[in-house]
Amino acid sequence: MSLLDYFRTSKASSASLAKERLQILVAHERTSRNQPSYLPQLQKELLEVIRKYINVEQDAISVNFEQNDTQETLELNIVLPEHQTKTS
Amino acid sequence: MARIIVVTSGKGGVGKTTTSAAIAMGLAKRGHKTAVIDFDVGLRNLDLIMGCERRVVYDFVNVINGEATLNQALIRDKNCNLLYILPASQTRDKDALSQEGVGKILDELKKDFKYIVCDSPAGIEKGAHLAMYFADDAFIVTNPEVSSVRDSDRMLGILSSKSRRAEQNEEPIKEYLLLSRYSPDRVKLGEMLSVDDVQEILSLHLLGVIPESKSVLNASNSGTPVILDEKSDAGQAYADIVARYLGEDKPHRFIDEKKGLFGKFFGSK
Repeated sequence: MSLLDYFRTSKASSASLAKERLQILVAHERTSRNQPSYLPQLQKELLEVIRKYINVEQDAISVNFEQNDTQETLELNIVLPEHQTKTS
Repeated sequence: MARIIVVTSGKGGVGKTTTSAAIAMGLAKRGHKTAVIDFDVGLRNLDLIMGCERRVVYDFVNVINGEATLNQALIRDKNCNLLYILPASQTRDKDALSQEGVGKILDELKKDFKYIVCDSPAGIEKGAHLAMYFADDAFIVTNPEVSSVRDSDRMLGILSSKSRRAEQNEEPIKEYLLLSRYSPDRVKLGEMLSVDDVQEILSLHLLGVIPESKSVLNASNSGTPVILDEKSDAGQAYADIVARYLGEDKPHRFIDEKKGLFGKFFGSK
């Protein structure tokens, strides 16, 4: 390694920064790509059903789909508002 | 059996048309009857790169609409009589291409041609979708730059889920990486993603590296595919790519910088 290289490596190169950012981004985008296409529809219909009984916001439901080598997980998260059950 | 190659990237300006023109010419020069199709309806440019812009009479959309026959629309290349160009239409109607129409034309071409190169438009709209839909092989043109790499990955997702082969559960499209506008000097300085970096992120089979080269602009200025400039680095890179695609074992070139500091001061070019 030359003297010049020594000074160069003292600061993270922009290329390695690019690589790091891309690796994170691409990994994230690949997971969402592998999600089944029915997820948005499922989320919409679930919201409709729940709204019949409880006054929840549009973003109160999150549907997450995760996949690893052995299993697929569908995670459903509904945030209920405090003391707001529909009375009618 | 004819093979359909799509040249795609997602991102614009990375060298799809340059690559389409070069590899189509390369395949034809090697003795394979080849057709190259411009899918960029409304923004036709392959004709310019191939140098046949003044010979366009009928286009892709005319053939789909039955206003011209395929033989009337195909332009024989002036440099190679095994190469034919099917130009895109300049219509502003975005729905001018239909899946059925494109499929029919490709089927007809398959009877007569060995290779059909589909030059995809940028983006993921209809033209890009139809360019890749019927493909057997995909050449992913990528620049060593963040937005291009990301878009290439997005294209890979589309190829593996939205193509005819994917929909009909056939053997998937064969995907190849063509890394273009590569500057070994800048990679050495840590200013540019390296071949290894890009391959690690995209995990694609590398078909070849095309160095950043003045010869590409010179070639497009004169309307001759850069592969015909046999002395140029980019021309040689494309010739290697065609050879590798045809199954030849060629070591990769243009990955390392040409000269060291010593060479820069004392070498002459």
